[in-house]
Amino acid sequence: MTAIAERIGARHGTSRTRSITYGILFLVTGLAIILLFARPTAPAQISTFDLTVRADPRLMLVPQIVLPTRLTLYVFAALSALAGVWQLVAGFRRANWALGGVALIFIVAFLTWATRDGSLNVVSLLRTAFLRSVPLALAALSGVLCERSAVINISIEGMMLMGAFVGAIMGSLALNVLGWSFAVSQGFGLLSALGSGALLGLLLAVLSVRFKVDQIIAGTAINILATGVTSFFSARILSQYRFLNNPGIIPPFAIPVLSAIPIIGPVFFDHNLLVYVMMVLLIGIHVMLWYTVWGLRTRSVGEHPRAADTLGIDVFRNRYINVTAGGMVAALGGAFLVLASVGRFDRLMTAGKGFIGLAAMIFGNWTPFGAFGAATIFGFADALQTRLAILRVPIPSQFLLMTPYIVTIIVLAGVVGEANPPAADGQPYEKE
Amino acid sequence: MRIAFEKRESVSHTVRVLVPLVSLVFALAFGALLLLFSGANPGVAYAAMARGAFGSSRALAETFVKAIPLMLTGLAVAVAFRMLFWNIGAEGQLAMGGLAATGVALFVSEGLPSWSVLPVAILVGTLAGAVWAAIPAALRAYLGVNEVITTLMMNYVAILLVSHMYHGPWRDPAGYGFPGTARFPETAWLPRLYGRAHFGLLFAVVAAAVLWFVLQRTKLGFELRIVGENPEAARYIGIDIPRLMLVAMLVSGGLAGLAGVCEVTGVMRRLQQGLTVGHGYTAIIVAWLAQLNPWAVLLVGFLLAGLLVGGDQIQMAMGLPAAVGLVLQGALLFPMLGGALFTEYRLRIVRTTPEDVGTPEELGLDEARS
Repeated sequence: MTAIAERIGARHGTSRTRSITYGILFLVTGLAIILLFARPTAPAQISTFDLTVRADPRLMLVPQIVLPTRLTLYVFAALSALAGVWQLVAGFRRANWALGGVALIFIVAFLTWATRDGSLNVVSLLRTAFLRSVPLALAALSGVLCERSAVINISIEGMMLMGAFVGAIMGSLALNVLGWSFAVSQGFGLLSALGSGALLGLLLAVLSVRFKVDQIIAGTAINILATGVTSFFSARILSQYRFLNNPGIIPPFAIPVLSAIPIIGPVFFDHNLLVYVMMVLLIGIHVMLWYTVWGLRTRSVGEHPRAADTLGIDVFRNRYINVTAGGMVAALGGAFLVLASVGRFDRLMTAGKGFIGLAAMIFGNWTPFGAFGAATIFGFADALQTRLAILRVPIPSQFLLMTPYIVTIIVLAGVVGEANPPAADGQPYEKE
Repeated sequence: MRIAFEKRESVSHTVRVLVPLVSLVFALAFGALLLLFSGANPGVAYAAMARGAFGSSRALAETFVKAIPLMLTGLAVAVAFRMLFWNIGAEGQLAMGGLAATGVALFVSEGLPSWSVLPVAILVGTLAGAVWAAIPAALRAYLGVNEVITTLMMNYVAILLVSHMYHGPWRDPAGYGFPGTARFPETAWLPRLYGRAHFGLLFAVVAAAVLWFVLQRTKLGFELRIVGENPEAARYIGIDIPRLMLVAMLVSGGLAGLAGVCEVTGVMRRLQQGLTVGHGYTAIIVAWLAQLNPWAVLLVGFLLAGLLVGGDQIQMAMGLPAAVGLVLQGALLFPMLGGALFTEYRLRIVRTTPEDVGTPEELGLDEARS
């Protein structure tokens, strides 16, 4: 009881300093927009934003947005300065939302500045951002499933890698050796990937739940094992038999009515099946966590396993189920990279995406939609990084790639936002 | 009748030694299956690996080259794990150490007397690693932020920063656009012992000796052990845990930073791709297998390096993937994890008779009473 009181007390204590910090931060953002972007811009420069992807007659109705660069930047600067003043004088009721808004203003201001005398296709940028966020979101959802039942899963990366590998080789086997039809082969590859994820998830669960091996060490071991096994077989098999690493790419499928909506349609509803699967999973996990018996049990196991046990909930069983399911979701993220994005396995293809997913889960405060939102922000940073060279912006791509990690550390430190992990996160449960 | 796990009262020496050996056999068997599956004779492959890693003085030198960073990062991780601080950031601390040493070697060395270049590079690199580790340590000690995530995230920040430096501002202007810095001046080369094996080996041995002494014989080591074994008791007897955490992490990050210094000044002699190849993660396994004992870290680091070098060798000699070494490393761990269970527990067949229903404690009655 005292622990909870302390936590609430601490939150009240920090909230005042935090609201002042936010106010100053907003003012500084406004100043930064003026100094970094508006001042070096000539009065006559113009920024053009395109809002259509293809020359589709239905979509041609959306006009271009043409803005005078310098004036627009001053408007943005004024907006965030105003937000800062309001925050300091009266205070926003939802300061974190205001923070998000100011961050958005800053990004839009940056894009406006970067496209001076040029044009930027916003829809295409957002579309890339969303596509790049899908594997991150799946990794984050895997993290949510595991950590809600108090098992820290740092082997999401390894599970993704294994899912990608198994998806590639089994899909190719079915398509190119067994001669199955394309759709069946893809399904087979996908199911095999899910199976491999389930196995690794089960392994993590057995080690950390049953044998109480430290979750960090068990997770590291799984990562190393997955890296080793996949690079062994990709060197031994895939590089010699190329047809075993060619499962093909799931074709896109535009959702009838929704994909015709201007801007939103091409960004969200004109993708391949796995993207929609991610959306369904997102909603499904949200509903299940908050509106079903399983969700209630999971959350109680994550917050207070002893109390859950007393009420007759099988703590071990719940963790087994969640971590196994988490492994499957992570493997789906890996399979997405192969079957829906690149079309072949590469041993370096996850490149830390599992860890970014973990960061997204934290940034999203251990909730499915929060995690998804964070994943889209991180996906946006990734997509933007690829455009910087085209826009001739002198920011090294590495600095944009760092943002997910730095933002996560800042959030965890409690400078902005609030991190509320499940209370029993990471602790093995010892049955009395 | 049922089979039960019982906690062992005391762990005998035989069990302690036997379990890792049995685990090794299991791991080799798993690797053998993999080799058989890919059409190679496991016996021949293992023999080639052993020869490639330990068979000649040249092979031994290469194994030491790989072992040095594993030993230093293994020690780094072991210090932190001693007090239950999960430092997964040795990789990033190593990167920062290498980066700082590179800065000294490339830009400061000309203004320094030649004898002092290397000591300064070592000092600055070690400090850089320590500072990088101090950030998550301070966050944990004073704000209660989970260090697993922060150390992990800081690895990527460090790796990206290093990559930016040798792709961008520090790239060798005479390097035909190849990503990497210019070669260090000779004053910044870490001397080599034989083959490519360099002085870093001595650093690792000295560090292990000092750590062993500190952990076993000093008040600081005693406090670290208490915090690791029983944080409640540590608080009760008045140990300043946040301060201790900072000290342990400064040492830990410093050792990892030193590993980075050795890599750039002793092996690569420039900063380029290949500084961060996962030593910091393997270190976790090294430390764990060595049960956090400094001397054992040296031995385990050497053996795991042998797996990696042996893997490289059979790739060259037999065309088998070098990843065999990695697979064995990963596989080695699982029987060991199971093995650890058997060193602490034992299987016993329990006869359930009426008078053997259990003591009040076993039935959880004392929980109800309190």
